[in-house]
Amino acid sequence: MHHTLFFHGESLHLRPTGALHWPARNLLVVSDLHLGKSERLARRGGSLLPPYETQATLEKLDRDLDTTRASSVICLGDSFDDTASADGIDDHSRLWLARLMAGRDWTWIAGNHDPGPIEIGGTHRDEVALGPFTFRHIADPRETAEVSGHYHPKARLAGQSRPCFLADAKRLILPAYGVYTGGLRSHEPVLTTLMAKDALAILTGPRALAIPMPR
Amino acid sequence: MTTLPPALSDWFAAKGWTLHPHQMDMLQRAADPATLLIAPTGGGKTLAGFLPTLAELGPTPPPGLHTLYVSPLKALTADIRRNLRTPIEGAGLAIRVEDRTGDTTYTQRRRQRADPPHILLTTPESLALLLSYEDAPRIFQGLQRVIIDEIHALAESKRGDQLVLQIARLQSLNPTLRRIGLSATVENPPALARFLAPDTAILQADPGPDPDISMLDTDDAPPWSGGGGRYAIPAILNEITRHRTTLIFHNTRAQAELFFHDLWLQNSDSLPIGIHHGSLAREQRDRVEAAMAAGALCAVVCTGSLDLGIDWGDVDLVIQVGAPKNVKRLVQRIGRANHRYNAPSKALLVPANRFEVVECQAALDAVRAHTLDGEPRGPGPRDVLCQHILATACAGPFDAGQLYREIITAGPYALLTQAEFDACLDFVATGGYALKAYDRWQRLKQTHGKWHLRDPRAAALIRQNLGTILDVDTLKVRLKNQFGGTPLGEVEEDFAASLTPGDTFLIGGQIVRYEGLRELTVEVSRAPGRDPKVAVFNGTKFATSTLLADRILQIFQADAWPDLPAHTAHWLSLQREVSRLPDPHSLLLESFPHDGREHLVIYGFAGRNAQQTLGLLVTKQMESQGLAPLGFVATDYATLIWGLDPVTDPVPLFDPETLRQGLEVWLSGNAVMKRTFRATAIISGLIERSHQGRRKTGRQATFSSDILYDTLRKYDPDHLLLQITREEAMRGLIDFSRIENLLQRVGDKITLIRRPRVTPLAAPLFFEPGRIPVHGSGRDRLASAEAQALMQAAGLA
Repeated sequence: MHHTLFFHGESLHLRPTGALHWPARNLLVVSDLHLGKSERLARRGGSLLPPYETQATLEKLDRDLDTTRASSVICLGDSFDDTASADGIDDHSRLWLARLMAGRDWTWIAGNHDPGPIEIGGTHRDEVALGPFTFRHIADPRETAEVSGHYHPKARLAGQSRPCFLADAKRLILPAYGVYTGGLRSHEPVLTTLMAKDALAILTGPRALAIPMPR
Repeated sequence: MTTLPPALSDWFAAKGWTLHPHQMDMLQRAADPATLLIAPTGGGKTLAGFLPTLAELGPTPPPGLHTLYVSPLKALTADIRRNLRTPIEGAGLAIRVEDRTGDTTYTQRRRQRADPPHILLTTPESLALLLSYEDAPRIFQGLQRVIIDEIHALAESKRGDQLVLQIARLQSLNPTLRRIGLSATVENPPALARFLAPDTAILQADPGPDPDISMLDTDDAPPWSGGGGRYAIPAILNEITRHRTTLIFHNTRAQAELFFHDLWLQNSDSLPIGIHHGSLAREQRDRVEAAMAAGALCAVVCTGSLDLGIDWGDVDLVIQVGAPKNVKRLVQRIGRANHRYNAPSKALLVPANRFEVVECQAALDAVRAHTLDGEPRGPGPRDVLCQHILATACAGPFDAGQLYREIITAGPYALLTQAEFDACLDFVATGGYALKAYDRWQRLKQTHGKWHLRDPRAAALIRQNLGTILDVDTLKVRLKNQFGGTPLGEVEEDFAASLTPGDTFLIGGQIVRYEGLRELTVEVSRAPGRDPKVAVFNGTKFATSTLLADRILQIFQADAWPDLPAHTAHWLSLQREVSRLPDPHSLLLESFPHDGREHLVIYGFAGRNAQQTLGLLVTKQMESQGLAPLGFVATDYATLIWGLDPVTDPVPLFDPETLRQGLEVWLSGNAVMKRTFRATAIISGLIERSHQGRRKTGRQATFSSDILYDTLRKYDPDHLLLQITREEAMRGLIDFSRIENLLQRVGDKITLIRRPRVTPLAAPLFFEPGRIPVHGSGRDRLASAEAQALMQAAGLA
């Protein structure tokens, strides 16, 4: 079950998967997919990780799109683990992604891992303004009504650490949606200085659970 | 017979030393391909191992590596170097002896590769590294002998499996290589002999007199639970003053630290007492070892880091604090006292709690009856093999057929099939994934029939990952000052993360104040006289052996317990009165309400790991029966489960078939499997340990191996690493075989006793740390409730 967040006059659904759904615009927002991470590590002569994370992430996205019937999608950056990963993505995943994109208004926002344009269709932007919101990869401390990703926030509840959304009056930060992604504890100074004292952490998992942001 | 150089014989004679019969025997058997020497501690077995080498090298040997000595402990190599140099220098022999461990400086290691000494003393991990260099064939050219000290200790772990693979490699390089294994405590000599080499001769020295051991008599009874043994400090101090040198063994580092601290608080005579364990900085350990060797200390508080080898000449008392868990290890520790041949060792056991009193008694009986425990190990683990293949590739191109033939000469891998080997090679080369292979980015490639690294630069990364010892991520602790600070030791990263400036903890027996984290170092200042937060070290949790558990159940069957201290005998009588005592032929369960929760106790006496697995499986059954279990805690003797509803019909919970099915399902997603997978993934080279160690605080962490485990289970359930993980878990942390043995032994004799309150035997379980929550529907309800409470408290809901 999702958590409903009222943010600058809009009702946003924070889904237990880590996706953001904005019903009024029928928009789904996901961040930090890091597709192609295992391939990138192998290419660099490192570990041969199970090469299934792209498939697993796309499956998850497929389900979210199916449930929400979203007509547009914004990927908030670091969608690919590097620009070469976007080219290295296998045919099966490429077709799958194309199927998900078909008939949808799809925007790729540039991240620090995938700064350049990607040969994969859709619109490519540094940031997007929509309604009251600005969507970008990395939060800008001076901004307000901002939706971003990048930090992979996570928080602990009842002994378990989970990826989470962080929200205060000014900004909303999304958890990493990709399967092979680590996390940054909400205690870390970079997050405690960025977020207001009364910020919430909305944990992903079987259901979205809101708690005061642990700091 | 090989003879010693006259200068050495003369030096021995001048010192008034005569060789023991087994030392003479070793010289006589110098030409044999493999010999296992079993001799008591203090019997000069290390010298016995080196005598053939000294005889063959003579007074002025030509340059080149002649003998490789491998020991499980770094400290042991340094000690042996000192001990060996005394006769060599005394007799004026031109023999170079050097050690090489993780502590050896870079310059010296590089020089050793260019110009190896005659005798090189090392550990399996350093040897693995040395063998992974391209110039390994040159370094080991002409190697005549390999000596494995404390071989029984290595044979019990993956370090031993790795070592015999390496020796197989060395044997290929030098077909005339001869092997010597040295050990004091062996429960099954033929099995250990096969581990060393296919055709090993066993040489058994005179075992010497029986040890003088007993339980320490204290004024205060031990507490109901806990592991510190602090109640016994006055009595222990008293024993220290009555002996020359005492070693005080603890089972975990954290307990050793706490005990040492409390010992100092009560040490009104300021007796010189030191502490030694694996988490202390090398400088600290060196200082204690040197002081010990110089006879400047009257006691050392220590852990397994002093279990083996080091020859402290005048230790005349060993104190074991906490249940020994394993008779073989106890015998080993007792052997540390009185390193003189043919003198009895003296030891005292100090149970840390009531249950342990019974276990100590069982251990005393076992030592007196000369029974040793030891569970046979299965075939050589394949994650170690994967690492060996990777390491071999680092050294240079190899032929797969040749490597396979070499590997099956190693005892633990004798039964490895070609198909199993091929699967390991495929995993190393391509990842071994069924659905999608790394065709383009293979790790190993085949060119002209030989396998080699695709990217030679990967070798450096692979070398950093060699070895089978897995440490939890630790951070160095230093005193903060302008000169960089004195290193004190290490703490676990998780523990460091839990600290905030101003918190205090114990390390090296002193209380320090946490000041902050600088890069990867914990900076502290001295903070005398404050109550410390405890440092949580990764103390190995040994499970009580089957032999000891059986003996404890036997003790319970007695009508009275005149050998046990009165407090413990009284406790057992009370239990018999109120409920009953567990016995070997049935499974005793107790159920009672306490503190608003229902409780179930399972007295399986199957050892900590199996009791833990039993807890997981039984709570799973309870969950499906709607009994809403909330958590459990396991000890070596029992599992305590708490939940919302009472168990009334236990038999279905323990049906072996249901449990096994539950295991299959449960194996899928539990923490023990994930922990086991992590170990396997690191050893086999799937994930790099250096990445873990280098994790920078404040930066985005690497994702956890749990995610890889889940992904593999979903997309590649038959993957090699999952097969290995399963095997490992079944015989290691899950220990399901012990549960099966238990259920087979008791059959349908399962007794449930319902009582209105906590029973005497169950009471100590309530103080046990390490409670494990059950993540079922009940827990979900609690999490929702907790979230709501937090929101309400914050005025947000």
